[in-house]
Amino acid sequence: MTDVQLDPTKRGYWTSDQEVRWCPGCGDYGILAAVQFLHAELDVKREDTVFISGIGCAARFPYYMSTYGMHTIHGRSPAIATGLAISRPDLNIWVVGGDGDMLSIGGNHLIHALRRNVNVTILLFNNQIYGLTKGQFSPTSEVGKVTKSTPMGSIDRPFNPISLALGAGATFVGRTHDLDRKHMIEVFRRAHEHRGASLVEIYQNCNVFNDGAYESITKRDVRADMMIDLVDGEPVRFGADNQRGVVMRDGRAQVVDVADVGESALVVHHESSHDTTPAFAMSLLATDNVSPTPFGIFRAVEGPEYGEYSEMVNQQLLTANEQSGPGDLKDLLRSGATWTVS
Amino acid sequence: MGSLSQCVPLGSNTGYREINTVRWVAVKNGVLWQHVGQDLISDSVTLGVLVTDTADRVDDTTLDRVVIRFAGDSGDGMQLTGDRFTSVSAAVGNDLATLPEFPAEIRAPQGTLAGVSAFQVHISDHDIHTPGDAPDVLVAMNPAALRSELDKLRSGGTLILNDDTFDERNFEKAGYETDPREDGTLDGYVVHRVNMTKMTLDATSELDVKKRDAERSKNFFALGLVSWMYSRPTEPTFEWIEQKFGKLPAVAAANAAAFKAGHAFGETAEMFGSQFKVAAAPQKPGEYTNITGNTATAWGMIAAGQLAKLPVFLGSYPITPASDILHELSRHKNFGVRTFQAEDEIAGVGAALGAAFGGSLAFTTTSGPGVALKAETIGLGVSTELPLVVIDVQRGGPSTGLPTKTEASDLFLAMYGRHGEAPLPVVAASTPADCFHSAIEAARLAIKYRTPVILLTDGYLANGSEPWLIPDLDSLPDISSSFATEPNATDATGAPMFLPYLRDEATLARPWAIPGTAGLEHRLGGLEKQDLTGNVNYDPTNHGLMTELREAKINGIADDIPPIDVDGPGDAPILVVGWGSTRGSITSAVERLRNDGLQIDHAHISHLHPFPANLADVLNARQHIFVPELNRGQLVKMLRAEFLVDAKPINKVMGVPFTGAELIDAIREGISQ
Repeated sequence: MTDVQLDPTKRGYWTSDQEVRWCPGCGDYGILAAVQFLHAELDVKREDTVFISGIGCAARFPYYMSTYGMHTIHGRSPAIATGLAISRPDLNIWVVGGDGDMLSIGGNHLIHALRRNVNVTILLFNNQIYGLTKGQFSPTSEVGKVTKSTPMGSIDRPFNPISLALGAGATFVGRTHDLDRKHMIEVFRRAHEHRGASLVEIYQNCNVFNDGAYESITKRDVRADMMIDLVDGEPVRFGADNQRGVVMRDGRAQVVDVADVGESALVVHHESSHDTTPAFAMSLLATDNVSPTPFGIFRAVEGPEYGEYSEMVNQQLLTANEQSGPGDLKDLLRSGATWTVS
Repeated sequence: MGSLSQCVPLGSNTGYREINTVRWVAVKNGVLWQHVGQDLISDSVTLGVLVTDTADRVDDTTLDRVVIRFAGDSGDGMQLTGDRFTSVSAAVGNDLATLPEFPAEIRAPQGTLAGVSAFQVHISDHDIHTPGDAPDVLVAMNPAALRSELDKLRSGGTLILNDDTFDERNFEKAGYETDPREDGTLDGYVVHRVNMTKMTLDATSELDVKKRDAERSKNFFALGLVSWMYSRPTEPTFEWIEQKFGKLPAVAAANAAAFKAGHAFGETAEMFGSQFKVAAAPQKPGEYTNITGNTATAWGMIAAGQLAKLPVFLGSYPITPASDILHELSRHKNFGVRTFQAEDEIAGVGAALGAAFGGSLAFTTTSGPGVALKAETIGLGVSTELPLVVIDVQRGGPSTGLPTKTEASDLFLAMYGRHGEAPLPVVAASTPADCFHSAIEAARLAIKYRTPVILLTDGYLANGSEPWLIPDLDSLPDISSSFATEPNATDATGAPMFLPYLRDEATLARPWAIPGTAGLEHRLGGLEKQDLTGNVNYDPTNHGLMTELREAKINGIADDIPPIDVDGPGDAPILVVGWGSTRGSITSAVERLRNDGLQIDHAHISHLHPFPANLADVLNARQHIFVPELNRGQLVKMLRAEFLVDAKPINKVMGVPFTGAELIDAIREGISQ
């Protein structure tokens, strides 16, 4: 073992001995690096950390972490992680999957994990395509997408993962992208620190089957005009000269020139607002890959009304123990009517 | 006691109105017999044998009969309800005997004990002797009826309450100081609280009928409900209503609507009719309790957690007839039991597998449709070699099938219902109380061999009950196992390392290393694993090896389970091989055949995979082997395939258990050929 593998503050400590087998140039490499670098900064132990995934390219992720891990079956990772989280609230649990895994076959488990607010950090790698099965449209592909299974163009309307998560009552919802390690690390850190279920959508490039899907938003030279950085407590502004902003008009978020409306008219972003309406409106600001798109943390709420699930499960165990005393098997078997035959 | 003295046409006796009279009615061979002898008039009823049938009947097994008692206020129409139920039962060919009881006063104050009117009917598909001893089902339309009749209901029997009448005023009239539904009075019974009055009013709200008249139809709601539970035809009742109330169309419509509503409620709420019962037998000294299969299963799960020294986790999704296990387990959180009602069947087993990875004793409970949905996750459990117990409370299939009827048609599903080569142990319970021990056994195998195990019970066991000699805790097995805590190998440089698939030499089980254990970090998954390291591996030879290792591990369990116990001489020319809830029917049939002079053995298989090591010897050198199953012949095919024996199937797929008589006929026919 080399020295870096013994030092938890080094990326190498969090890297497994398995060869990474994503396609060269895949956005997943950047995400893996960000997660490993983040763990080198976090105060968590390797043995207390678990990565759980379903099926898909992204789902190979746990093999590349030196932590505990489970590469499960298609779509079910939120459910499997839920069982682990309920029974082991002491663990640092991450769920990793793609848009097909999480939103198609596993859509049900995702929304229920979010509504229950189980303490897991969910990374949704959204590349708007099925990669492992070689290029069919996904539940986030745009209408009209021509793929092997849709030669005349997809007629399915896509999910907006942020809107879906907010609709499911998620207490933490964020978005980042695979080209900005620093941004990823910060959003992942916040998601990890959040007590409850966190969902982070990652715009991830599939350079083989859907190359450049997000280029018009995330490419370095267009970012300033296309990426809207959500900052808690600040008016929502963006642009190379910060000249553009977002207002709420008729219940919808709309992009305006600040000069036209004045800064005071801009939406002030409050990530901890109980009301999900502004965050929901913000999630719908961009419904394609060519409009200015918000990034950062859409929602992050904690407090008594957003109880964390495993904590509540375990609190009921304590309460039952207080009320009835520790379970006694001998008594249990005699809890119904009994009689003696002599 | 009187004897049969009078024959009247069926159906003419509706709505008895004698006062202070007890009348026995019996239907034999489709003819209604009744007796109204003076010697039977008394204030209190003594149950006993009335029908003096001279046929020699040694079989008093109660597997195929049911005694239902309808009780309510004298104005509630209980006699009418009981009479209608009797008539349709006779029409479908049941033998039956009834026992109406009326209050001594014509108009006792409403809601009081003095005003309780009851009607008991005993239906059976074989000859019966009495209106039944203790009723299996009590329908109580108000608290007074409950108080007056509850002590007659057999322990573990089913209680159907008109919940709408359970209020303070009626408690007072009945002499209840506290709510009997809440104070423990009803412990030990299967209680269904039904808002009969409200649902009757709702069902009749569109009709042009006075509220008071509408409310009086609630006895038809009760009749509809019980008719559902016991699969009585509905048409005769509608015809009867039409005939009886034809001149009062509004009343006829209200009664018909209430009947339909009750029937629909039974169907929607999936009320169970078929109940497991065993004939009274000499009992060993000791302390007994009455237990249903589902309760026994739940207690077995709790006991398994204690014996394994592991926290119990149940991931489950509600499904008839398994839900009561989830309910029961959820009441016992003080044992450290975590129950998780998941969003679907797949999440139920998924959460369980996740908890198993974390070191819990994990269970999932379901019925056939749920097992189908869980198949992929069970396969993941086979591949990751994690302990997991899957409990299948079987019901009629395919598809939604007959949710409230019993069947044993999931054996092949349990054996083969996964893609790929995915063998796992299959265990079956044979009586309600046996569910307790079977749950512990399933957990023992799961933990010791790090494998999913399927435990098969069925609706008949689940909802049925039997007296159970409470086991001495010291007699229960220690099923604990330790987690891996240390590296188990060294790498090329001599440094310690952990091999998650390094197997125990004796059991071939791999180490169970749970998150939180430093130095043993590893990744599991559904992709094929390299022997020892568990790393993803596509090598053909390795896949062959791993497949064989997984199979050898399960096959090796044959040496770790008790040999099959044969009931009988052991070398009789005739052998009956059963599994699951047919134990009672087979035992009863075999005993009667022995009384008739036949040499016959009975072997009942609890471990269906792998089979007990001595099963080949037990099957050897028989003239006849019969395999009765509540399916189209599943175990019989497994026996023929594995042992090349000429085993013959005896099958029934009608949603109800075998009767002793059916088995006797089938065996007699089989040996005569």
